[in-house]
Amino acid sequence: MRIFQSALRELVRYPGALFGIFLILSLVVISLYTVVSLPYAEAINLWRGGESVWQESPRLAMPSWLNAIRGTNLPPTIALDSGDAESGPDANVTKTVEALSEEITQVDITFDVDYTYSGFPQELTIFIRADYEAKRPHVSFVWLTPDGREIRMSEVTPNANETYRISQDDRLLRRLRGEVPERALFADPNVAEGEEARPLHGTHQLQMTAILFEPDADVDAKFVAYGQVHGWAGTDHRRRDMTIALLWGTPIALAFGLLAAVGSTVTTMIIAAIGVWFGGWVDAAIQRITEVNLILPVLPILIMIGTFYSRSIWMMLGAVIILGIFSAGIKTYRAIFLQVKESPYIEAAQAYGAGNMRIVFLYMIPRIVPILIPQFVVLIPSFVFLEATLAVLGLGDPVLPTWGKVLNDARYNGALYHGYYYWMLQPAALLMVTGLGFAMVGFTLDRIFNPRLRGL
Amino acid sequence: MAEASLPVQSGIGAQATNSTLSTIGRVARYTVVRLIALFLTVVVGVYLTVLIANMGGYVDEIRKGQIREQIAIGVLANSEMQQLPLEERNERINQMIAIEEERLGMDRPFVLRSFGFLTSALTLNLGRAENMTSDSGSRQVRLILQERLAPTLLLFATANLFLFFLSIFVALSLSRNYGSWFDKVIIALAPSSAAPSWFYGLFFILFFAALWGRLPFGGMVAAPPPADPWAYAASLLKHLILPVSAIVISAIFLTIYSWRTFFLIYSSEDYVEMAKAKGLPSGAIERRYILRPTLPTIITNFALTLISLWTGAIVLETVFNWPGLGRLLYQAIGLYDTPVIVGSVVIYAYLLAFTVFLLDIIYALIDPRVKITGGGSHA
Repeated sequence: MRIFQSALRELVRYPGALFGIFLILSLVVISLYTVVSLPYAEAINLWRGGESVWQESPRLAMPSWLNAIRGTNLPPTIALDSGDAESGPDANVTKTVEALSEEITQVDITFDVDYTYSGFPQELTIFIRADYEAKRPHVSFVWLTPDGREIRMSEVTPNANETYRISQDDRLLRRLRGEVPERALFADPNVAEGEEARPLHGTHQLQMTAILFEPDADVDAKFVAYGQVHGWAGTDHRRRDMTIALLWGTPIALAFGLLAAVGSTVTTMIIAAIGVWFGGWVDAAIQRITEVNLILPVLPILIMIGTFYSRSIWMMLGAVIILGIFSAGIKTYRAIFLQVKESPYIEAAQAYGAGNMRIVFLYMIPRIVPILIPQFVVLIPSFVFLEATLAVLGLGDPVLPTWGKVLNDARYNGALYHGYYYWMLQPAALLMVTGLGFAMVGFTLDRIFNPRLRGL
Repeated sequence: MAEASLPVQSGIGAQATNSTLSTIGRVARYTVVRLIALFLTVVVGVYLTVLIANMGGYVDEIRKGQIREQIAIGVLANSEMQQLPLEERNERINQMIAIEEERLGMDRPFVLRSFGFLTSALTLNLGRAENMTSDSGSRQVRLILQERLAPTLLLFATANLFLFFLSIFVALSLSRNYGSWFDKVIIALAPSSAAPSWFYGLFFILFFAALWGRLPFGGMVAAPPPADPWAYAASLLKHLILPVSAIVISAIFLTIYSWRTFFLIYSSEDYVEMAKAKGLPSGAIERRYILRPTLPTIITNFALTLISLWTGAIVLETVFNWPGLGRLLYQAIGLYDTPVIVGSVVIYAYLLAFTVFLLDIIYALIDPRVKITGGGSHA
């Protein structure tokens, strides 16, 4: 253990290594936070959920911190719900019920939309929930602007769950002279010719009037003005909040990198030690296998496994470890073990009658652990990137949200071409942080443990 | 690490005669031995491919599809068969397929059959693709692969020639100015090689294509391709810049860092000090006393770099829409085209072995040990 303590002491003398340790620790903290705050099953449900889970979040919205950086004031999503019998309406929503006759009731719901943003919403939708026996209610909508204009919208006869997509209402579009509703309803009419349209600030009002034809009937509605920014990380083309994938990608990437690195370096070391100790044909066979294995096209083989069998991350992990056993590291370890084998303490062990396996596992392997550690730390990011590489090829784990899968979605949907830079940059930045953190620590460890490089 | 791809056999019995002829002989013998060793490696790799692919029965399906097709074509060409009623003809076809399958030993145990698959995979005799066609319209897997080989080689060779010479040049100048700020910057940047080339490719596309609009997003030539050969070459060059830079950037800092270390280790040798004391110009010292002994190590080191770069290049081609083998493999995964996937794996095995072989020849030419003993004395 003393060797590790002294290594640690030396490690903190390098600013690069300190920075690397800081990055790694941050990633570990993020992983712990993720696993605790967003349980695995829930994350998977959310990530694989369709429109029903994500109906309230916008498509391809930017992360909201971009507002602060660019000094813009783009709108987030505004959702106003008249609630149900138990919860009651949200603030800014009023609901009044008036009996017109014994059979007929009128329900008025008013949504007050305080709009102070510089951009327009992305989409407008109203989700209507109607409760009736046989006769469907009749619902009409009117939009009141802060400057007192009144814009009549469509009328609908909703089913139990009806979605009225204002942005796709052709009749309204015609009435607005071809300008899309989400812009026309919010736009300031006093914009000079040739000037760019801007939204009118103040309280816009959506008035919903429902006529119910049954005594026990009721109707509620939720108005959603989808914003241009959403949360910490924005959303993707399927309206999913990207924070889920970015957060869960961290523990997955760390676990994959760590397990693959441990699995391949430890097995490699054991094989090298056995080869050196037994020598002869065992050693020769190991060397030949290594030479063959080095030239095997690893990625195409992994691709084949992914296509023909399973894309599960555990399957890939197993394949990566197996293909990594006879890696280039064997030659390095072998050279060191050859020296170790000649040491007097090995001879002493033999003299008191230690068995072969005892010598290999208790006398030879512990000796080269210091050399193993930097190699191992440097290997971690390469496996993290390997997972991303597979995901970018469309062979990511079908269930798990990973950074690589976000990158793949972004690339596949032309994020760079269409200007959704955040979509690609966020997972890329996390990958880079992981790579840099481990590489910086690994390189410094290599200098500390590898005396030949010391001072160079 | 560095000794990875070095020769296998022990050099014995070489009486050191100084004639050039025997030197050529030794180099030739070394080359042949390496060629055989590498070919065996490819055989093992392809056999592994066959094993993996056939655990799900995919290679069997390729074979059966081929047989069915050949027989159907044969029947169509036969006018006597044409006159038979449809049902009878189909029955005859099925009988012939059964006979042919038996003749080819499809009913034999897999271990025996696998060797048959091995030879057809090694000769890239993989029949027809299921869903893909080559640009010229053929469905032969071999033709599809052939068409994609040239763009891949162009991209990879350009990038790696750049990488090699640039790294040597910079590493040498760094070892001369060891400890300068530039040296420190390069060392600090060495960890950047943890990321593969496609990762840098994404950033290059972001900056040079999306934000600044200077260079194309991807592809190999402009569409439509220019008719004038010079314009064609210019367009090709323009499309090459980003992918080549991505490959170079992804490997160069680590390469420079490790080569600079080799150079530094060798430049503190006594004979270098002696040469300096004699007053030789620094260029001559570098060429004769530093580069000479380090080159073999550098070449083997470079072989390992190349092997890992091949892996990155598969995705890089996809990211840049480069019409090479990597993108073919990506498309084949999407279309689930088994013959093309197996074919791509085989051709990558060949390419990797070929890369190593090429470096082995260079190694043989520069390493005096090969010339004198006909093989490496290192273990």
